[in-house]
Amino acid sequence: MEHILSILIFFPAFAAVMGFMVHKDAIRTYGITVTTIEFLLSCFLWVSFDSNYAGMQFSEFIPVISQYGIAYNLGVDGISLFLIIMTTFMTMISIIGLTEKRELKNLILTVLFLEMTMVGVFVALDAIVFYVFWELSLVPMLYIIGAWGGKLRIYASIKFFLYTFTGSLVMLVGMLYLGYVYFQTTGNWSFSIIDWNMMMLPIDMQMWLFVAFFLGFAIKVPMVPFHTWLPYAHGQAPTIGSVILAAVLLKMGTYGFIRFSLPLFPDASVAMMIPMAILAIIAIVYTALVAYAQEDIKQVIAYSSVSHMGVIILGIFALNVEGIGGSLFLMISHGIVSGGLFMLVGVIYDRRHTKMMSEFGGLARVMPMYATVFGIMLMASVGLPLTIGFVGEFLSLLGFFAVSPILTGIAGTTIILGAAYMLVLYKKTFFGPITNPINEKLQDIKGREIAALVPLVMLVVYLGVYPKPILEPVDKSVKQLVQVMYLKSVTPEAKAKIATVNTIGETK
Amino acid sequence: MIEPISVDIEALNLPSLVPMLVAIVGALVILCIDLVTKNLHKSLYVMLSILVILIDLGTLIGYSGATRGFFDVMLMDGISILAQMIILVASGLFIILALSQQRFHEYRYPEYFALFLFMIAGFQFMVASDNLILIFVGLETASMALYTLIAMHNRDKSTEAAIKYFTMGALAAGFFAFGSMIFYGLTGSVELGQISASLVASDFANYPIVLLGVVFIIGGLGFKLSLVPFHTWAPDVYEGSSSAMAGYMSVVPKIAAFVVALRFFEIFVSVDNRWVEMVLYIIVITTMTIPNMVALVQKDVKRMLAYSSISHAGFVMGAILVGTTQATESLFLYWILFMFTNLGAFAMLWVNRTKNDHGFQSDHPFEKFSGLIKLAPVPATIMGLFLLSLAGVPPFSLFWGKMYLIGATVNGGYIILALIMALNSAIAAYYYLKLIVYMFLKEPREDDRIEFMGNANKPLKTVIGVSAVITVTSILYIDPLLEMISTYVQMSGF
Repeated sequence: MEHILSILIFFPAFAAVMGFMVHKDAIRTYGITVTTIEFLLSCFLWVSFDSNYAGMQFSEFIPVISQYGIAYNLGVDGISLFLIIMTTFMTMISIIGLTEKRELKNLILTVLFLEMTMVGVFVALDAIVFYVFWELSLVPMLYIIGAWGGKLRIYASIKFFLYTFTGSLVMLVGMLYLGYVYFQTTGNWSFSIIDWNMMMLPIDMQMWLFVAFFLGFAIKVPMVPFHTWLPYAHGQAPTIGSVILAAVLLKMGTYGFIRFSLPLFPDASVAMMIPMAILAIIAIVYTALVAYAQEDIKQVIAYSSVSHMGVIILGIFALNVEGIGGSLFLMISHGIVSGGLFMLVGVIYDRRHTKMMSEFGGLARVMPMYATVFGIMLMASVGLPLTIGFVGEFLSLLGFFAVSPILTGIAGTTIILGAAYMLVLYKKTFFGPITNPINEKLQDIKGREIAALVPLVMLVVYLGVYPKPILEPVDKSVKQLVQVMYLKSVTPEAKAKIATVNTIGETK
Repeated sequence: MIEPISVDIEALNLPSLVPMLVAIVGALVILCIDLVTKNLHKSLYVMLSILVILIDLGTLIGYSGATRGFFDVMLMDGISILAQMIILVASGLFIILALSQQRFHEYRYPEYFALFLFMIAGFQFMVASDNLILIFVGLETASMALYTLIAMHNRDKSTEAAIKYFTMGALAAGFFAFGSMIFYGLTGSVELGQISASLVASDFANYPIVLLGVVFIIGGLGFKLSLVPFHTWAPDVYEGSSSAMAGYMSVVPKIAAFVVALRFFEIFVSVDNRWVEMVLYIIVITTMTIPNMVALVQKDVKRMLAYSSISHAGFVMGAILVGTTQATESLFLYWILFMFTNLGAFAMLWVNRTKNDHGFQSDHPFEKFSGLIKLAPVPATIMGLFLLSLAGVPPFSLFWGKMYLIGATVNGGYIILALIMALNSAIAAYYYLKLIVYMFLKEPREDDRIEFMGNANKPLKTVIGVSAVITVTSILYIDPLLEMISTYVQMSGF
């Protein structure tokens, strides 16, 4: 399988084009089949992945604009592997659990196009190709939110588009500049990250470029203060849009930090450790408080997403193997958990067409299975030990503990605050007497919903108990990444800092 | 007694005139046919024009290297050949749009097509010379024909547009002539090459007067390029002329003027003349930004596209300011990609033109396109493609132009300008999205009298289809295209 990565990218797009021929009554089966094949392909990638090798595997290289050094350059390592699998998995689950009735065909084909761009972002090794997929992913999402969303859908979709578009254009200028710097140093044009990783940049330039890339990534993550588009997007998006947005699109930003910012600008990253951590902590605490104040179940989960993304950023900017590895694990787990939660909100919304907590109460009595699944997902979101959420959160915080115990202590409140708003949500919605008589007749989850949710629950428990299958390959590549950062840093302070934060578990 | 002038016919190097002569002869042939038989169907003239354009294009391919001729006023160098190719391809696509389903006033007259070919010849002269007088003659030939073509659309607004364009254009011509005069007075020559040499030799003596000359020339070219603050005519004129003509005007006269601007500002940019560069810098930034802001609040798609094309012209002026070889390449790359996308977008408006308006204020208000995806999915998707491309969303064609242009700007050391370009692209995304929102996200109007694609037939659909394919598949041909452009640009040494 020489071209497995190209197949992974373009199979969904090709299937989407073919899908225009499929009759609209059969489109759901078509979508499920295509995404399942895609998922199996990504599993095949996992099986053939050599987890003892830390570098890029399955590389492909075709020059696109040879004069300017832009090439179609793909590859996968331990950092991107599981994000790809998570992407294909969550897309499959979200289509299985899809309950939308309006314009189903358009929706499924759009999701397939979206899947192409998402996989593309994670496998691209050329900055421009990365940018192409990154920007292209906005278009299907704009359509999904804008066409199938709630009342404010147009406002929400445009806000989403413009925010991310603006940020990433600044990032594009940064990329072009970096390409020019590479040309000046070596005499060749190249936009390949592998080539760029060999460049040592002076610290001032690193800072400027870090800021340019930061704008692109931080808006996508989203980090405070650029997070205001997210509650709107989530609040207005249809269930499938929220699931994919939370599970995959947000991860593009954090992935960008790991793939670009850290190895390219090690000194700037060291210098920005504390500022980034502060932004992350503001996100963690502030959005957790905001989440507590929400009336709408979906908004609670949307804000909790921002809060958890803060923990991921914190882990990344611990700049050690535990922190980065943990945040990668947290990306996977947050993808599964928040995807699952949004899907669960979708279930209740389909039945009642409302997401307000005040409308519910005592649901555990009429919908016991639903309540159980919701409970498990919620515990995973809070980070209860032996669920998937615990491992990543613990490792991220452990990683940052080596940097600053005090800041880690503040960030640790995420577990308490998370428990607070989530349990309150659970209490208001599921416990107590049934206050609203309409809720008496609600049906428990069934058929398609079970098929979509059960695999998620199984993963939450399995990976919570035994995270090794993911942690091991991630560890290899992250170790190499930290190594690269150490070697590339130009100032002695940065070198020393990277060395000191990477001493967890060493005997002194 | 005046000495008899004897000119060796060999020395004239008449082959350097062939491409323009082809167009002129073509126009005369059309006039002759009209003398012999009246009331022939427009398709004859359209096809004749296309044949003439094809021959014209064919003669261009033969040139290699800078050829001078006709008392040395003609200069067929790389950029002039490239610009003529753009002009001819755009003209070819445009004239096919005349085969519209509905009958329009102007196409009844064979003179329309003759004028059209004269105009092409005018633009060709304009780009194929570095002599200010011949540039002026070319400019006026083309403009006079263009005014008439607009007026022949024969609606109140078209006449208004033509008169507005004519008066403004006359003023611009005056500016240009005055600027040329100043440079003649300063340097004793109207050849840009010699002007440059003599200005540099004297180290820009009489600097205030040089600047005055520059200001006049900027005024003259600024009108043609619709640079801020000389842009005010553009939206009204675009609105008054037919959509096809508006699309044509946003591409062809501008590339001709860009080439002149390139030749002219090269004198100053190549020696880093601070004041001229600053003036250019301000013009570039305002031209990018102000029309972008104004476009945000437009209610008519055509006016929106008009403002957006002004902003695109500002972008490309940036390349002239940067002045490196890569910037010049990016100018042509950008404009070639812009030509297909923008002509496609205007052609989409053209095919939706209906004669009876339905109580709308203008021809193409945004509301008219509400829910188009449900009524006519294919046109809506194609229009969406053009708009995304104009907004610079990858991998559609104009993204590559934008990327290469911003890259050239960065490489030329103008990081701030590159950032402003990037932010302007983000602003522009909003108004392009606005139409996408109307087409894809809103419900159709409860008004079944609106007829979409009313003006469409096979030839028009072909033009749109070709533009759409070129817009989508850009990634496949960007490399060879860039190679061709750089061969031609490096041939002429810009």
